[in-house]
Amino acid sequence: MSAVVETAPASAAATADERAVRAPWALTAPALMLFVGVLVIPLVMTLMLSFHDWGQYKGIESVFILKNWREIATDPYYAEMFWRTFRIALLATLITAVLGAPEAYILNRMSGRWKGIFLLLILGPLLISVVARTLGWALLFGGNNGLVNKLLMSLGLIRVPLPFMFTETGMVVALAHVMMPFMVLSVWAALQRVDPQIENAAMSLGAGSFTIIRRIVMPQIMPGVLSGAIIVFSLSASAFATPAIIGGRRLKVAATLAYDEFLNTLNWPLGAAVAVLLLAALALIVVGSNALIERRYAEVFR
Amino acid sequence: MAYLELDRIGKQFGTQTVVDEFSLAVGKGEFISFLGPSGCGKTTTLQMIAGFLDPSRGAIRLEGRDLTAIHPAQRGLGIVFQSYALFPHMTAAENVAFGLEMRKVPRAERAERVRAALAMVGLAGYEERYPRRMSGGQQQRVALARALVIRPSVLLLDEPLSNLDAKLREDMQIELRQIQRTLGTTTILVTHDQNEAMSLSDRIVVMSQGRIEQIGTPQETYERPASAFVSQFLGKTNDFAATIDRSATPARLVAGSWSAPAPAGFNGRVTISVRPERIGFGDAGLAANIVTRIFQGNHWLFQCESECGPAIVIRQNDGQAQPSEGDAVRLAWRPEDMSLRAGGAA
Repeated sequence: MSAVVETAPASAAATADERAVRAPWALTAPALMLFVGVLVIPLVMTLMLSFHDWGQYKGIESVFILKNWREIATDPYYAEMFWRTFRIALLATLITAVLGAPEAYILNRMSGRWKGIFLLLILGPLLISVVARTLGWALLFGGNNGLVNKLLMSLGLIRVPLPFMFTETGMVVALAHVMMPFMVLSVWAALQRVDPQIENAAMSLGAGSFTIIRRIVMPQIMPGVLSGAIIVFSLSASAFATPAIIGGRRLKVAATLAYDEFLNTLNWPLGAAVAVLLLAALALIVVGSNALIERRYAEVFR
Repeated sequence: MAYLELDRIGKQFGTQTVVDEFSLAVGKGEFISFLGPSGCGKTTTLQMIAGFLDPSRGAIRLEGRDLTAIHPAQRGLGIVFQSYALFPHMTAAENVAFGLEMRKVPRAERAERVRAALAMVGLAGYEERYPRRMSGGQQQRVALARALVIRPSVLLLDEPLSNLDAKLREDMQIELRQIQRTLGTTTILVTHDQNEAMSLSDRIVVMSQGRIEQIGTPQETYERPASAFVSQFLGKTNDFAATIDRSATPARLVAGSWSAPAPAGFNGRVTISVRPERIGFGDAGLAANIVTRIFQGNHWLFQCESECGPAIVIRQNDGQAQPSEGDAVRLAWRPEDMSLRAGGAA
């Protein structure tokens, strides 16, 4: 009798404790299972796949070899492919930053109704499929008689038509356009945190408009520009539709290369290795630059 | 001649007149407050002086020069904003130094002046702090130092204390006044807080709906309000409807059972305005009943129902016995303690 009385509260406390420990796991379980099921497992499988062997006639062999990785590391073809991918992504990022930041700043200074209209114009393209938007560029670029070339020539900017299709230039232009809303949104968000009186304050202290932008506005929206740049860079480097349409199979980037290995050559293990490398490189760049930005602006924007 | 002169300036936004016929002459070293409820045009007027808005009409002159022709960046005015508008990416010292940098002050002199300005507002040792890591009061001091370090011809303060809690606000008021006295900077303060305006300013400009209601010293505006608006906005007041009785000789001013010799210059219906602390309980005067009696430490507050409507009376707690709730009393005051306006009570 007395034993029961003594142990009952203790065991009750123990179950309560256990429940407290289990509850968070139980509550996150559905989301966690989805995450593991659709992201972690395929990724691990892709990683494992990249170590498998493949032959024209024997197909995929479940062995553990470094053949694919060695091929990527030694064949300059792959190095060129990755450099091109990051070069294009970097240029597209630079263009969106140089055009998008002033765009957001001007937008922010507009009066109510115009602000709404132009915000819609900027964000509107996000509602249209990337494929449709890129095909639009393909039409504009299209060969020597493309609209863009005709315009540039009639403006007297160029004499002979520029090649846009199947070139890095065309890809950068199309990617920069597709990614622009992300940059504008990111800078726009940063601008919302800027005190509207701050430019007046700088002006009253004797600063001209150029000084105000350079010394007061720019430093404050820089975190927005940089986080926008991270988004645009990672999306551009892993973009598939735009490079596939503008570059086709003549000018491949990492994403279209992996696609071709999977679906045309049917060399799944090699494609998997390319995909894993792209993912790892991107993750490294994004995490690294994010850490740098956070450290640089930690003091000011906590 | 006036140091800063606002000559019949007005501001129009579309069809809406925000400021109208605003004329004011500010002497050198004077501390002026623009006092009024929100939307009365006081901040708009300040922004016109600062140059962030252009007046639709009228002229602003500083030492005789037309100020509106000068770009805001060249006016050399010091401004403290309600939100302080500090540069968050610069330290306190860098914030204060910014105006000096723009003026191309040599580095050594700049450092010395920044140090002195921060010391003046009691922030010595905070040079390397970022604004986000400072309290509201400290940010406010940095903003003040930043505005004063450029030795402005006029210091403009746009509700600078409204974001501080009551205790800090009082401390800052005293400090602001001391700094202003020491430096002798001509200052214009925009505020909706009558206590702030009264304790800081040499003169108060009371504004309502874009117009000046009264310009005067704190005492003048309190004791001799020019309009019903002023008397009600500045502290508590009692308005009693009264008439001038010309049939008696000599003519008398009559409010209920209270009467006094009629002053010159008024006729017919008038309004008597008298502050609650100037009313005493006497043997003769306005008949009233005490509705509530509230003890507030150093004084008693009586709410009465008189012949001429509700009345408030404040009596010093001087140890004398005071009437209690429900007592019938007579309210009396000296004619020199009231102010008189033509027309009925507002």
